[in-house]
Amino acid sequence: MKLLLQGGRVVDPSQEVDGNLDLLIEDGAVAEIGEAIEGGDAEVRDVSGLVVTPGWIDMHIHLREPGQEYKETVATGTLAAAAGGFTGVACMANTEPVNDNRSVTEHILKEAGRHDWARVYPIGAVSKGQRGEELAEIAEMVAAGVVAVSDDGHPVRHPALMRRVLEYAQHFDIPVIQHAQDMELTAGGVMHEGEWSTRLGLPGWPGSAEDIVVARDILLAEDSGGRYHVAHLSTARSLGLVRQAKERGLRVTCEVTPHHLLLTDALVAETGFSPDVKMNPPLRSESDREALIAGIADGTVDAIASDHAPHHPDEKDVEFSLAPFGIVGLETNLALCHDRLVRSGIISLSRLVELFSTGPARLLGVPGGTLAVGSVADITLFDPEAETTVNAAGFRSKSRNTPFEGWTLRGKPVGTLLAGRAVELPA
Amino acid sequence: MTEQEGWSRKDLLGIAELEPREIEIILDTAESFREVSARPIKKVPTLRGKTVVNLFFEPSTRTRSSFEIAQKRLSADGLNFSASSSALTKGESLVDTALNLQAMQPDLIVIRHAYPGAPQMLARRLEAGVINAGDGAHEHPTQALLDAFTIRQRKGKLAGLKVAIIGDIEHSRVVRSNIHLLTKMGAEVTVAGPRTMMPLAVEKLGAKVAYTLEDAIADTDVIMMLRIQLERQSKLLFPSTREYFRLFGLTNARLAAAKEDAIIMHPGPMNRGVEIASEVADGERSVILEQVSNGVAVRMAVLYLLSGAHREAA
Repeated sequence: MKLLLQGGRVVDPSQEVDGNLDLLIEDGAVAEIGEAIEGGDAEVRDVSGLVVTPGWIDMHIHLREPGQEYKETVATGTLAAAAGGFTGVACMANTEPVNDNRSVTEHILKEAGRHDWARVYPIGAVSKGQRGEELAEIAEMVAAGVVAVSDDGHPVRHPALMRRVLEYAQHFDIPVIQHAQDMELTAGGVMHEGEWSTRLGLPGWPGSAEDIVVARDILLAEDSGGRYHVAHLSTARSLGLVRQAKERGLRVTCEVTPHHLLLTDALVAETGFSPDVKMNPPLRSESDREALIAGIADGTVDAIASDHAPHHPDEKDVEFSLAPFGIVGLETNLALCHDRLVRSGIISLSRLVELFSTGPARLLGVPGGTLAVGSVADITLFDPEAETTVNAAGFRSKSRNTPFEGWTLRGKPVGTLLAGRAVELPA
Repeated sequence: MTEQEGWSRKDLLGIAELEPREIEIILDTAESFREVSARPIKKVPTLRGKTVVNLFFEPSTRTRSSFEIAQKRLSADGLNFSASSSALTKGESLVDTALNLQAMQPDLIVIRHAYPGAPQMLARRLEAGVINAGDGAHEHPTQALLDAFTIRQRKGKLAGLKVAIIGDIEHSRVVRSNIHLLTKMGAEVTVAGPRTMMPLAVEKLGAKVAYTLEDAIADTDVIMMLRIQLERQSKLLFPSTREYFRLFGLTNARLAAAKEDAIIMHPGPMNRGVEIASEVADGERSVILEQVSNGVAVRMAVLYLLSGAHREAA
């Protein structure tokens, strides 16, 4: 079983490859990269004009299954991932029941295996029931396939628990992912605290609520030697803390979202209080946004992740203050980041692939993130010139909650390969 | 009524989006309605056949009564919807409530809601004009308009005046609408209150900030005291009403720092002895009850302009 991808622009930051090259796949793995490869009996696919990269992985999404299948399922979420150019997703543990034990992990993976539209990497809970009290059975979950632990939207509040999980998770060499939010400082808050919350009279959510938790956790990571990862980092100061931690050689990493890179809190006013610009953490100030942009350019940021958070239209179509937090992202990530980060000259295409493929694969310790010979042939193909207009009605996701509706962007996913097999989407 | 030409808005959602010219149109129109309330028969047929729904999701005595009286004096048919007597407590969404009302073809909807942006949400969906009667801590446009009307009546102008607003700035919709309105009309606004109740970047709205009562009222023409919501005490925003009164309560003695002809305003309801001493509230400089009277005229003007009656008359 051989497949030759011919004439594409192969971009693989793991090998510092960026050029018009052929790529030969054999038995599900990369067999050769080079100019004018003789494929022999290989099936040949002309991919000229397309970009060929190691498969993109969105390391922070919500699949909502089990428990909230009216918002999303493993099937629709992985379909949305494949349609958006992703070969892998890491799904958060805040399902109902919580993914805090191996039977839930196994259920998610079984559902994912029924279609095989994208690889699913479950993230287990830090604590039983995400209640922040006792450690969940992490070894059991790791045995079942969990690649990281996080209590995500129920941030680990007690420093003692954070210390213990940073210690314990080292047995499995997995990162502890923290949604950094001091719940008391943000009590009642619905948007970033600043000029716009003042103008709109909406209860504010200060940046310091994130920074305090990041600062504390970095100290605990230093003492424990554990791997600490900041989810959807959104403030300039938190980014500075991560930068310092890295300079000191700590095992501290972070991800940012496309919406925090591209949008600011002013949008709450501009959209007339649209619930589709309400997310957690909230859209921040322009100076925060600029700091995150600098962070993806200078290497401080390790990954971009969407925090794909589907919600049913009935839940979102309410007063801003009452709407749930979150937006979908799997089907807009690629076009948004390609158009607004690469085409606008902020980062190179290679750096974008690092942020969406090589970085997440390394962080989660999963296959992929590289096209090195012998590695799994999980591949993303996209057309960098094709123009698309964001149209939520056409999403494969069950949900439509996006603030990017109507944006016209260049960069369109064309297909994904999982271990050399072209993923076919149902009509 | 030629001064009303140029009013084209369907809704009155806030002061932030209004042009000074539009503010003047409302104030001038209110001027012409003021005498209706002084007649023995306090009723004109101006809005006969128009239906106005008063949709109150928060308890309100003053604003709601004011709107209701304004409707009656204009001969509009008013209908009251309140949280306790409607489907709102049955878990119906705001959008569904609004669409149901829409199906009854009202001309105007007056909405009071605990959450900012609720009037915007209605206005986007409904053909009826929407009047914001207070949305959370966001805006309370008719209050700012009646305040401006009262100031103009007493001082003859707005431009060039100095206005101090004192109290819980962070949680006040009255402050936001007043800052927008007064600065658009050329007045200078200083806000003051405990630092725990001062929102970030309030100076970006165009107001100066002071942290003592004396600094705020020195040399001002207008002093506006805000109601302190006593439940804020449990949220660590101030230790006790006694301590609040010590720092920011307005007494005759402290009023000596202000200009002799400074007027005292309060949007109500007052907490006597907390933000304002009775000697001040009931004193000669107080225009607090005039504000209430003027509220009716201003709301008549807003109802009239938004109903489109001025266009039909032209």
